[in-house]
Amino acid sequence: MAVLRSKRHSVSGKGQRVWSLVKKESRQVVRDPSSIALGIVLPLVLILLFGYGLSLDVMNVPVAVVLEDPSPDATELAASFELSPYFDAEFLTSMARAQQLMLARKVDAIVRIRPDFGRRLVVGDAEIQVLVHGVDANHARIIQSYAQGAINQWAARRTAKGQAVFSGPVTVQNRLWFNEANESRYFLIPGLIVLIMTLIGAFLTSLVVAREWERGTMEALFVTPVRPDEILLGKTIPYFVLGMIGLALCLLAAKFLFHVPFRGSVIVLISASMLYLLVALAIGLLISSAFKNQFVASQIALLVTFLPAVMLSGFLFDLRSMPAVVRVVTYILPARYYVSLLQTVFLAGDIWSVVLPNAAVLAGMAVLFLVFTRRATQKELV
Amino acid sequence: MMTTDAQDNLALCGRNIRKTFHRESGETINALDDISLDVAHGTLTALVGPDGAGKTTFIRLATGLIFADAGELKVLGIDVATDPQQVQDRISYMPQKFGLYEDLSVQENLDLYADLHGVTDEERGERYPRLMEMTALGPFVDRLAGRLSGGMKQKLGLACTLVRAPELLLLDEPTVGVDPLSRRELWDIILRLVNEQGLSVILSTSYLDEAERCGHVVVLHEGKLLAQGNPSEVSALAAGRTFLAVPPSGTPARMLQAQLLDDPAIVDAVPEGGRVRFVVHKGSEDEGGRMKVEAVEPRFEDGFMVLLRRSREGDKETKRQDAETRRQGDTETDRSHSLPSNLPISVSGPAVQVRDLVRRFGAFTAVDHVSFEVRRGEIFGLLGPNGAGKTTTFRMLCGLLPATSGTLRVAGADLRRARASARQRIGYVAQKFSLYGQLTVAENLDFFASAYNLRGSRKQERIRWALKQFELDSLTELPSGQLPGGYKQRLAMAAALLHQPEMIFLDEATSGVDPLARREFWRRITALAEQGVTVIVTTHFMEEAEYCDRVVIMDAGRVLAQGTPAEVRQRAHGEGEREPTMEEAFITIVEDAREHNGSERGAAA
Repeated sequence: MAVLRSKRHSVSGKGQRVWSLVKKESRQVVRDPSSIALGIVLPLVLILLFGYGLSLDVMNVPVAVVLEDPSPDATELAASFELSPYFDAEFLTSMARAQQLMLARKVDAIVRIRPDFGRRLVVGDAEIQVLVHGVDANHARIIQSYAQGAINQWAARRTAKGQAVFSGPVTVQNRLWFNEANESRYFLIPGLIVLIMTLIGAFLTSLVVAREWERGTMEALFVTPVRPDEILLGKTIPYFVLGMIGLALCLLAAKFLFHVPFRGSVIVLISASMLYLLVALAIGLLISSAFKNQFVASQIALLVTFLPAVMLSGFLFDLRSMPAVVRVVTYILPARYYVSLLQTVFLAGDIWSVVLPNAAVLAGMAVLFLVFTRRATQKELV
Repeated sequence: MMTTDAQDNLALCGRNIRKTFHRESGETINALDDISLDVAHGTLTALVGPDGAGKTTFIRLATGLIFADAGELKVLGIDVATDPQQVQDRISYMPQKFGLYEDLSVQENLDLYADLHGVTDEERGERYPRLMEMTALGPFVDRLAGRLSGGMKQKLGLACTLVRAPELLLLDEPTVGVDPLSRRELWDIILRLVNEQGLSVILSTSYLDEAERCGHVVVLHEGKLLAQGNPSEVSALAAGRTFLAVPPSGTPARMLQAQLLDDPAIVDAVPEGGRVRFVVHKGSEDEGGRMKVEAVEPRFEDGFMVLLRRSREGDKETKRQDAETRRQGDTETDRSHSLPSNLPISVSGPAVQVRDLVRRFGAFTAVDHVSFEVRRGEIFGLLGPNGAGKTTTFRMLCGLLPATSGTLRVAGADLRRARASARQRIGYVAQKFSLYGQLTVAENLDFFASAYNLRGSRKQERIRWALKQFELDSLTELPSGQLPGGYKQRLAMAAALLHQPEMIFLDEATSGVDPLARREFWRRITALAEQGVTVIVTTHFMEEAEYCDRVVIMDAGRVLAQGTPAEVRQRAHGEGEREPTMEEAFITIVEDAREHNGSERGAAA
């Protein structure tokens, strides 16, 4: 009889206990300023920062155009620098002044159109000197190509008008072919979703189990009818919901703030995100249960989840350009698969040959880490 | 068969339990060494013992949170090692840190535990009002647990364990760090539960007066069981050997007490009500005859000290050696602890002078127009419950915190303004261990000596002195973070005394320290005072006030009483009763003051 009663009790009790833990955890999230900061404020800041502040494009490069030749051809060429959105052109007639500006870093480049430009153009060997401030090599390369672009446009206009084109030593290279809209936001926003899901999933949860150990509440919790799996569920559910809120924020920002094209289906995107969030949650909880100290756990979570998600997931840096050893390491990072999924779903569509393998890896990792976490959560003090 | 049945009817039954832990240094610690004990249903059992006795380990074993290396432990007839969950379903447990969620309200904490224990709504309707009535938390149900006072947190922690009727209640040091008033309230609740509802309770405590109130005590020391039974059986160990002696007029009781402690024939001596209570060794009963003494009924503490002394190997022998080294240490001290001549002695006048001192933190007044004076060479005590403003006052005295208003002079200077020179004259030991845990004992002393501008041979001499005086010689290479509790405190004191201050401030120096270490601590303080060092201490152990020349009693930032311990006791002396103990006097004074201040203060607390 007693057994019967306790059986019945434990079945209905389980749901009640989990629900009660979820309620408790949610209240803690809402009341703890650091949870709110990490779960809501930080994602918002990241969205705005990445959306508006961080851009890999170079725009409005200050450039000095030294126009030494007053001929109409030369003026027309100079105008094409002024018209370009990439340049913020300042017209000068003295090269010395331009050099001063360059030294003071008031301008990043000098375009010099020599006095004999118009005359030599007719002959067919006109030259334009482009001097680029080379401290930031990457920046310099981009400016160079922009300058060529501006010159090419001028040349194209001339051709259209049936005029002769100079045949300088400049080879034409159009930077725009690999970034048609010239918007790095388009691939930054999907990457941002990865960061936010990692923050909420792994970083925030790495704190929550350790906190219970530090404050001694875990000990009290253990000596109740609560089972370890219930404690885990009680931790997972609220942060899963929080992660989904973060995802929703990102998607809304992507669509309405940054107008990122979205070519795949929402279902695929959400399913993939759920899988990744589960992996991140499991890793966060595993770290937290293993180290039982908020400071250590948060450092480790940062090191093994967040930083790799930034550096090695292919979100900022192209995986193919990494050394082979580093590339091998990226294969154990869940973020890598999620970035790949997101960029595909956003920019290319539901390409199943990419979506399915990546999703399968994420699902496998979720199961693996959840099993580890369950094993690490024992009702025992060490 | 019969015995098994009998065992199953016990609330707890342990047989030959062993549990060892391994330190990082590779050392093995026998936390519990062959412990067997029985706890009957419906009784209040106390596990008593100093720090490191194994009390917490035993309670955690009983909750199934850790497992024994050997032996058998049955709780409610269930083997904890094989089925911990079943035990956890039926018992309630309050760990040392209460197990409260500080960012949940009182009500939410209660609801959480009620949910986890599957308490039905009808049961809650019946139990909640009773818990509220018992704990007086009714007006605070919506307050966050983190914003309750220490005593209230403890009561809430207890209430959370009582959301349903547990078959066994385990409380780990429920009264540690709680002031005397809250402690008394908590005990009233526990005793009511046991007496009226027949609840079975096992608790651990290092307060010996608490053990006396239990039906059954289990005395543990360094993992060994020294005794178990009725507290009176323990008290009886000191029967016929406990006396009260009156110190020569004009000298403080602590002087006589120190002399007695050093006497190898004496087990224990403590100052009590202006006299000295002491216990002599068996066969030394006539020792008492040397002085004007009065035989008294032994208390639990007297019997307990007999047990502890007995458990130390070669009992009398070590005792004699202890006394020997101590005496040597003292002469050493006399020679080297004279004040340095190059230090301008801040002439006459009081050592500390505080007038109308106020400190506010926002809207909260932590120290409210406090005035007192400390004379040179005095042991001065600041007494008060948690949150009385003792530590805040201390920090202002040491120049660590500016005062909102009022004047204070320490060694003739305001430390806030004339820091550099005046700081040389004081030593400060903070409430929390504030040395570098990763540095060794020697490195810590070296660092603090340099910080106080000691150099060359003088520095070496002072460090040698400190190691010897505080008996740290054998531990110089141990990282200080790994020192046992009592030694940490010794090291902290040694570091504070390196530069030979005229005055030493000790903030809650004895909290969390076991009775033996506390006696040792006070023996050192007494020795320091004899050398002319002014000692200012805060404490919430009221019996420690007896070591002081004068005390101030503070509550809620105000001074309620000041004077010699005898004067303070006198103030609380009711008509025709026996003279109250310091603790009783303290409770009376604080309660009177709180009543006097009206209920609005209590509601705002």
